[in-house]
Order: sequence, then structure tokens, then C-alpha cells
Amino acid sequence: MTIQTLVWLIPLPPLLAFGLIVLLTHRRRKLSHGLAIGSAGVSWLASMLVIIQALRMPKLAQTPIVSDIAWLPLANDPIRIGILVDPLTVVTLFFVSWTVLMIFIYSVGYHNFGQPDGEHDRPGLPPKGAHITDANGQAQHVPSVEPMYSRFFALISLFAFGMYLLVVTDNLLTLYIGWEVMGLCSYLLIGFWYAKPSARDAGMKAFLTTRIGDVFMLLGLAALYQVTGTLNFRATLANPAVLGELAAATSPVLGLSWAGLIAILLFIGTIGKSAQFPLHVWLPDAMEGPTPVSAMIHAATMVSAGVYLMVRFFPLLTAGWQPGEALTPAMQVVATIGTFTAIFAAVIALGQNDIKRVLAYSTISQLGFMLAAVGVGSFVAAAFHLVTHAFFKALLFLGSGSVIHGMEHGVMHTGEHLDPQDMRNMGGLRRTMPLTFWTFLAGGMALAGFPLVTAGFWSKDEILAGAFNGGNWVVFVTLAVAALLTAFYTMRLITLTFLGQPRTTAAGHAQESRREMTLPLAVLAFFSVTLGWVGIPQDFPLIGGILPNWLDEFLGGMLLTHGEAALHHSNIPLWTSLIVALGGLTLGWLAYRRQAAGQVDILERGLGPVYSLIQNKFYVDELYSLVFIRPAVWVSETLVAKWIDLGILDGILHGIANFGLWLGRQLLRWIDLLVITNTGNAVASGTGKFGGWLRRFHTGRIQQYMVMAMFLLILTGVLFYALVLV
Amino acid sequence: MQWISEHLLTLILFLPTAGAVVLLFLPSRNLKLLRYTALTASLLSFILSLAVWAGFRGGLTGFQFEEQVAWYSVVNATYHLGVDGISLALVLLTTFLTPLAILTSFNITDRVKAYMILFLLLETGMLGVFLSLDLLLFFVFWEVGLVPMYFLINQWGGTRRNYASLKFILFTMGGSLGLLLATQMIGVVVGSYDLPVLFERWTAITEGSLFGLPVETVKTITFWAFVVAFAVKVPIFPMHTWLPDAHTEAPTAGSMILAGVLLKLGAYGFLRLVLPLFPQESYQYAGWLALLGALSIIMGGLGAFGQDDFKRLVAYSSINHMGFVVLGIAAAARAIGSTTAVMAVNGAVLQMLMHGLSSAGMFFLVGVLYDRTHTRDLKEFGGLYATLPVYGTILLFVSMASLGLPGLGGFVAEFQVVVGSWQVFPLATAVSMLGLFFTGAYVLKAIKKVLTGPFNEKWTGKLNEITARELVVIIPPMILLLLTGLLPSWIMELINQAVSRWFLS
Repeated sequence: MTIQTLVWLIPLPPLLAFGLIVLLTHRRRKLSHGLAIGSAGVSWLASMLVIIQALRMPKLAQTPIVSDIAWLPLANDPIRIGILVDPLTVVTLFFVSWTVLMIFIYSVGYHNFGQPDGEHDRPGLPPKGAHITDANGQAQHVPSVEPMYSRFFALISLFAFGMYLLVVTDNLLTLYIGWEVMGLCSYLLIGFWYAKPSARDAGMKAFLTTRIGDVFMLLGLAALYQVTGTLNFRATLANPAVLGELAAATSPVLGLSWAGLIAILLFIGTIGKSAQFPLHVWLPDAMEGPTPVSAMIHAATMVSAGVYLMVRFFPLLTAGWQPGEALTPAMQVVATIGTFTAIFAAVIALGQNDIKRVLAYSTISQLGFMLAAVGVGSFVAAAFHLVTHAFFKALLFLGSGSVIHGMEHGVMHTGEHLDPQDMRNMGGLRRTMPLTFWTFLAGGMALAGFPLVTAGFWSKDEILAGAFNGGNWVVFVTLAVAALLTAFYTMRLITLTFLGQPRTTAAGHAQESRREMTLPLAVLAFFSVTLGWVGIPQDFPLIGGILPNWLDEFLGGMLLTHGEAALHHSNIPLWTSLIVALGGLTLGWLAYRRQAAGQVDILERGLGPVYSLIQNKFYVDELYSLVFIRPAVWVSETLVAKWIDLGILDGILHGIANFGLWLGRQLLRWIDLLVITNTGNAVASGTGKFGGWLRRFHTGRIQQYMVMAMFLLILTGVLFYALVLV
Repeated sequence: MQWISEHLLTLILFLPTAGAVVLLFLPSRNLKLLRYTALTASLLSFILSLAVWAGFRGGLTGFQFEEQVAWYSVVNATYHLGVDGISLALVLLTTFLTPLAILTSFNITDRVKAYMILFLLLETGMLGVFLSLDLLLFFVFWEVGLVPMYFLINQWGGTRRNYASLKFILFTMGGSLGLLLATQMIGVVVGSYDLPVLFERWTAITEGSLFGLPVETVKTITFWAFVVAFAVKVPIFPMHTWLPDAHTEAPTAGSMILAGVLLKLGAYGFLRLVLPLFPQESYQYAGWLALLGALSIIMGGLGAFGQDDFKRLVAYSSINHMGFVVLGIAAAARAIGSTTAVMAVNGAVLQMLMHGLSSAGMFFLVGVLYDRTHTRDLKEFGGLYATLPVYGTILLFVSMASLGLPGLGGFVAEFQVVVGSWQVFPLATAVSMLGLFFTGAYVLKAIKKVLTGPFNEKWTGKLNEITARELVVIIPPMILLLLTGLLPSWIMELINQAVSRWFLS
């Protein structure tokens, strides 16, 4: 089998698993998860083989693995689709294949495989647990298996297909297909417990919010096709001549270059998919879905896809720009949105008490970091953080799922009525859930950027360095503050959840999760720590140069104008990274280490009304509802459906019809009745009278008839003579 | 045998009529016999159209399987049939959907004989439009199709059937008045109704005067007469208000055919007659057509989102989707002679097919639900997914096809229309994106109200899962929608070759 064939095959196993589960095995739980995990395993294996093979190729950036087929007939020259493995594909494929496989395995435990069916469970609602009698004859309330177990595995398989497709494809059209397939799956998975109105609405919100971005992205796709005549990545992005033309040609919109316009249109797609301000609102609500879904959406797949798109189109976004120069308008847009989102979401995360919501806002914020890096021209830094973030955020989400599971166990045990996701109800879980604690700690430290030993430190440091060295002061300072807040809320999260004493009885009775759940945590924790070491800058004090900065060379080779501002001219960004990470962690620990049950949050005491603003996410949802959603409903229900269609258009129509009826009636009255009827009557009565007159001749006497015949004969003869013969 | 192979199109066209005649002599009590006879007649027509497809040569120019005999020799009108890639695709759509619609109608128990006869006559009417290569013959079939549909709505329709059927027939006939006059005028001027002749001779008349008016004026008037007739049928905003009523009140199978095929007659009219006969005028007024197409997309989307009646929602979605067909045609009219035009029309034709499948599927699924609940009010449903998992999954699939989800056929069509028309009418295309957004909104609204949310306890124990007969109806279109989404070339080769010939040179 050639390497090309192998790449083609990567996305297919999960698709096959999806089809088989839906059609055949949806009633058999074990077979369903076996198919799903098996297919993810095959894709993982194929990915690893491809990655190993690709790493052996010396000039992968210049001569990547490619292969394509004709897909859509068009005039004489069909549109082709195919696969592409270049350095960016390699690193993306690496984190996608690992995280997907881990999430699949974790899901088995999360959905309580092997547990009894709940008596009151029904499809569409989260399982409520089952009552059983154990070996000792004691009644117990234990977790019950998910009623829609197979459905879940079918959907995440389709989701995995979408992501693999997006990663290995060589053109924007198939990327868009994968992008949208994931959109559908995220809609179905966020709304997995569809009978719950909140979950249902969250799914819909996710789909529609991202669709706003998608329709702009479709225009970007059309524009790209218009000016280049192709959607193939390499034909455009690896072609300096085309890029130069695109940068030089002015588009009709706002004086942007075509390169800038297309990049911005595609970026709007990213704003939706990667939940950037102002389309970030769907992601926190997406927490309604089961936790493995959150991990898939927030780490391994969907939100990463948005950043991946921007990293992929980096050459287009930066066309005509040289490192050190002022940013192009399109880059400014990306940098501004990314930076603002980074700090905006970090601030909101401070005020959340739901463990998953903190992580959700943290994701939005971290994606902002990556996009800010793209915007300031730090290609490698953005890709680096994308990879490390995928691992540690998947870890954190899965870890939070483990925490919630443990808490639910405690809640079932004690029978308390409390929210198992609220961190205020937790505390001291490090003792009852040690494995979860240590892995979560690794992930949390990576998120906070704990120096040297976590992957997050290296990638975040590179972003800060990129912003600093490019002279983008505002971006640098804002991101530094955001990084401080990140460390702070991360420590708040860890302290409230794991440290101190249990604040509820349920927390005291929490139980460590099953091995299917803790094993993936351990694997992800491993990468969250070690992965940073592939990208240690050469000139890093003391340890720089011990390990080669492999990542920079590998990914940087893709850039046509190598020499982005990755070289450290100064140690300021490094010191900043150290200070914000350690400072934020320390402050977070100091602030929350003594948090007692029922005590008001220290920030709430300090910030007062500002805190409620934060807690309510700056009322963005409420604003959108008022400005967009309600008007849209009014326009469609009242203006279009009632007023325009039924009122005006049908009104005109009925007007014409009524005019016709009226005209008919008038005609009937004035023409028919007056003229025609009278005429008709006149004719009728005239005929009658004429007949009556004629009757006088019909006497029945033969003599009279003879006389009349003679008379007529003579008359005819005379007339004939006079008219014809004369 | 040879006679059959030489008269395949005639057989396809009149087999349904023959079936109708046979039905006339069957006992009206034997429902099973009536139903299966009708099904057989329509299936035979389908099989023969597959034979035509198999024998169709992609590389050839012009029409194939032509038949021509004298018909109305006084005015030089002939019985002239023939197909190219575009019309063959639509013939296949018609003969594919009609058996499915008849199978859907197996649950009709009231006056089955009359119903089936009308349905078969309807099929002949529709096929005649796609097969005619004579303008007068085209017009005759155009009008013939209306009558059975009128009676189907009027006799087997919902509560407002009288209003809806009258509105349907008056609106369409009113729109066709100009078409009739224009047809006669062209016939008189050229001395022939034969389309291949008209394509050359009518377009060659560019100077001088006709009936005391400059040629340009006459042509412009004729052009608009054609446009109005076809625009009503498509329908294009603001001539669309007959559609929600007719679709909603028609029996399920009637709605399937209305949305699946009848609307395509209008779009086909644009492609077969308006653009080839009036290239100048089409070019000149393409902007207006694009504007109306964009408006249809937006107003259709908004209108659908504003409905609480499931069937009406689906009906409005047709306006939304057919807007893309119009947009593609408008772009091609302006960009004729370029790859862009080919792309736009490829998209438009594929959109006709895919909308035919998905809208027929949607109406069918609404019908399935209505058969069980006797309501179409979205507020009455809720949480049905748990009770009807198979139905729910199918509804999701077809809804997503209708939404234009990538991976299913509708997307391939919309993608081509959007990319094609963006290059010609960027503003209209950009504005249409608003309608595309609302496509998502109304589809999700329907799913939200029907499948998800808390279960409406009213339906406990009253809903049966989708039956085997119903699965036989819905699965074939689903397969085609998926196939087209993954490997569109199976049908796009046929379309592309024909479109390239018309629009590239």
C-alpha cells in the first residue's frame, strides 16, 4: 500500500463505524463501542504510520505527500479533491489522532458501560441511576448506563470522520465539508439529551451561531475560486506568484486587497467555529452536552478546526507582509479579535462556578491567544499552542468529567440535592480522587503556563515572544494580562475542587473514576508535560540548545519567507511569562485556599457590581436576544409571513379577484340583464307575435293555400324577370 | 422490438396515460388492483427512462432519441420529442418520483380509481413538457398538467382545498396567458414551432420590425411574457403566494409531485426556452432576475421560519431553494460563454434534482406524521424522537439534505450556484447568504418542535413507527442524496456535458 492510499484511508474507518452502528448494531452496546473504538484505533494507527513516514521525508514542506482525484465535473476541467500531508498536517494529525482515541476510550467509562439500566431512564434524558440490591442485600443507588449509548458512539465516530477529513484534505472544498459535518455532529451531541430544553436550545444555538460564520466562509471560498480558479491549498498558498498577485490586486470592498478580503471572509468562519468574540456565545452553552463531547468540541476537533484554518491560510493572510513591517489590515483584524477575546473570556472565566464553564471560557481565551499569534505573524507559535492546548484542554475536560462523575457518586450516596458541577460544592477531592487530581494538576499547570515542565509554558511563551518581537505592544501587554488571569482562574479551579477540605458531604464521598476514564487522563497528561520540549528556543537561558528546536524548523520550513520574528532578541517576554504564570498561580492559591462552604467568593467581595457583570458574561446573550433574535422572529413571523405574504401580496391578489367578481356582477347587471336579456326577450316575444300573425294564414282550407301558392308563384316569377333577366 | 427502441420517448410519455386508460376499465372496488396497476404503469415508464439513460451518448451534440411526426400541419407544429442531458435528468427525476408518490398514495381509500387516473395523467403532462421539442406541444403539455393537479387538490386536499386549488390554477393559467400569445406570435413570425429551428431562426431576427413595432420591442415583450409564465411556476418572489396554499392543502403525494417536479417545469422553461431564444434580453435583464432570485431565497427563508404549520414551513422552503436555481440561471444568462456560466447552471440543474428529492422527502415525512397525529401544528408535537427513533433519524437526514449540509447532494448544488453566481452578481449572492442562514434556522426550528424537547404526553401510545411501505418510499431518495453528496459525478457528468454545450460556446 502506498503512503498516499494510507492517507486516503485515515478518515474512513470512523465513517464506516458510524454507518454500521446506525444501521446494524444500535441495539448492541458492546458491539457499538467496539466498532467505534476499533475504527478510531485503525485511524490512529494509520495516522501514526503516516506521521512516521512523513517525518522521514527530508523536504516534506517543499514536496509533501499529495494525491487527488477528479470529483466534480465542470466544463472540460473537473474540480479535484485530494489529500495533502505537509508539516502542518503532521502536527495536527498527531494531536487529533491521540485525543480522539483517548476520548473514545474515556466515553465507555463516562457512559457507565456495564452498569444496570435505570428504572426511570428514557432516551433523551441523562441517566438518573439505578436502584439495586448488592451482595449483602443492601439497597443501593448506583449510576446507570446511558440509554442512548450506541447513538453516542455513532455520533462521535461521525465527528471524528469530519475532523480527519478536514485535516488530511488538500483543498478548501473538502475542508468545508468536514467543517460542516462536525457542525452537524456538534449540534446533535451538544443537544444529545434532546428532551432537556436547555440542551436542545444549546445545540441549536451552536449550530446557528457557527452558521453565521459558515456562510461568510462560503463567500470566502467563492472569492478564492473566483480570483485563483482553484481551491487547492498548494496551488494558492505555496505559490508566491499567486500570493503576490492577490496581495497587489484591490478588491471592491473597503480597499482591501483580494488576499485580505478572502482571509477576512474565511476568518469570520473561524470566529464562529473557534468561538471568538462576537460569536463566542454558543460555546459555554455547549457544556450541556456530555463531557467527552465537550472535550471533542473544545480540544481535539471543532474549535481547533477554526484555528487550523487560519494557520493553514497564514500565507494568504500575510501575503505581501514581511516580518518586522506593520501588520496588514487583515492581520490587524485577526490580531485584534484574538487578543480581545483572550482577555475578555479570561475575565468571564473568573466569575464562573460551574467547573465546565470555567474551562469553556478558558478555551475561548486560549483560542484567542492562538489567533492573536496568527495575527501578529507568529505562525509556528500559533500551531505550537494549538497542539499543546489540544492535549491539555482535552485532559482538563475529561478530568472535569471524572470529577463530576465522582461528585455524582457522592450525591447518589448521600442523597443530597446539589449541583455536582458547582465547584463551591467540592473541595478536598485530591484525597478521594488522586489519579484525577494529579493528571488534572498537570493539565492545569500546562494551561497556566507553569515554567519549564509543562507544554503550555513553551507554546504560550512563544506567542508572547512573537507579539513582543514584532513590536505589537498592545497585543503583548494584553496577552500578558490574560495569561496572568489564566493562571489565577486555573489555580482557583484547582484549589476549590481538589485542595482544602470537602465543603459538602457528597464531596467527601466522591469516588475515583473507572480505569477506562483514568487511563486516557494519564496518556493526555504525559503529552501535556512533555510536548513542549520539541519547541524550546535555541537561545533560551541555560537549557536552550540542549534539545534542538525541532518544531520551529519543521513547521517554519513551510513558510515561503522564513525568518519570522521567532528569534529572541530580548528576555523580556520570557520574564513576563514566568512572572504572570507563577504570580497568577500564587495569587489564586492565596485567594481561595481558605474558601469555606457558603462563603462569598473573594472577587465578589472585592469587585461588587463589576463581579455580577462578569458573572453574567457582560450580558452579551441578553443583548443578542434583544437586538437580533427577537427582531428576526418578528420579521419572519409577522412582517414576511403575515404582512407581506398574506397581507400585501395576497391582498393584491384578492383585490384582483374581487375586482373580477365585481366586474362580472356589473356586466351581469348592465349588459346581461339590461341589454341582452331585453334583446333576447324582445326577440322571443317578437317571434311569438310573428308566429301568431302567421297563424292567421294557416286556416286548413286547401283553397286558400292554392290561392297563396299562386300568388307567391307569380310574385317570384315577376321578381325573377325583373332582377335576373332584365 | 425495433419499434420500441425507436419510440422510447413516446412510450415513456404515454405509458402512464395507457395505464390510466386501463384503470378506467378495472373494477373500482378492487383497490389493490387499481393501486398496483397505477404503480406498474409508472414503474414501466421509469424503467424505460433508465433505458434511455443507458443508451444516451454523452459526447454528442444536439438532442437524442428524437421522434418527429406531423401533428398540426396547418400551423407547422409537429409532434417532436427529444432529450439532452438537462431534460433527461429531469425526466429521470419525474419517472423516479411518480412511482414513489403513487406508493405513498396507497393509503388513499376515497375514489381510488379517479385518483390514480389523475395521477398518471399528471405524469404524462409533466413528462411532455420535458420531452417536447416543439413550442406548441410544450405549451399543450404545460397546460395539460394543471388539470389533474387541480382536481387532486380540489378533491383530495385539506380543509381549505377549494381556495387553494382555485388559486393554483388561476395563478398559473393567468401567468401562462402571455406565454400562449408569445408562442403564437413566434410561430407566426418564424413559420415553425420546431425548437431546433427556432433556436436558429428566431434568434437570427435582429433587425426590422414586426407587426409595426421594432423587433427589439417585440422581443422584449415576448421575453417578459415567457418570464412571467415561468416565474409563476418556479415560483419567484413576489409571484409565489399560490405555493404555500397549494402545497399545504394538496394530499401528501400531490405535494411531493408539486414540489418535486412541477416547480421544475418553470425553471426548465427558463433553461430550455428563455435563455436559448432570448440571449440578448436574458443578458440585459439578468440583473433583475438575480435580484428576484436573491429575494426569493431571503423571503422564502424568512417565510418558512415564520410558520407554525409543519407543511407550510416545508412549502416555503421550496421558495427558498428554488431561489438558488433562479440565481444560477441569472448568473449564466449574464456570463454566457464562460466556465462560470457552466458552473452556475450545473448548480441550478443539480439543485432542481436535489430539491426534487429532498422536498418530496420532506413532504412525505410531514405526511407520515400527519397520518398518525392528524395535525400539522408544530406546537402540538415535541420530543417524538424517543418514540419514533427510526422516523426521527430519517427526518433528521432529509432535513439536513434540505438544509444543504455538505456531504449530501443539496450542498454540491448550492456550492456551484454560489461560486458561479458570486463571480457575476457578488452583491446578490452575498445578500442571499442571509437566506441561507435562515435555511438553517427554519430546519432546526422544525426539528426542535417535532423531535426534541419534552415529550408531549398526549401522544403516549398513539404513534406507530414508520412502516415498511413508507421506508420503501423514503429510502431511495435518501440514497441518491447521499450518493450525490459524496460522488456527484454519477449525475453531474450527464448534466455538465449538456450544459457545457449550451453555455460554453
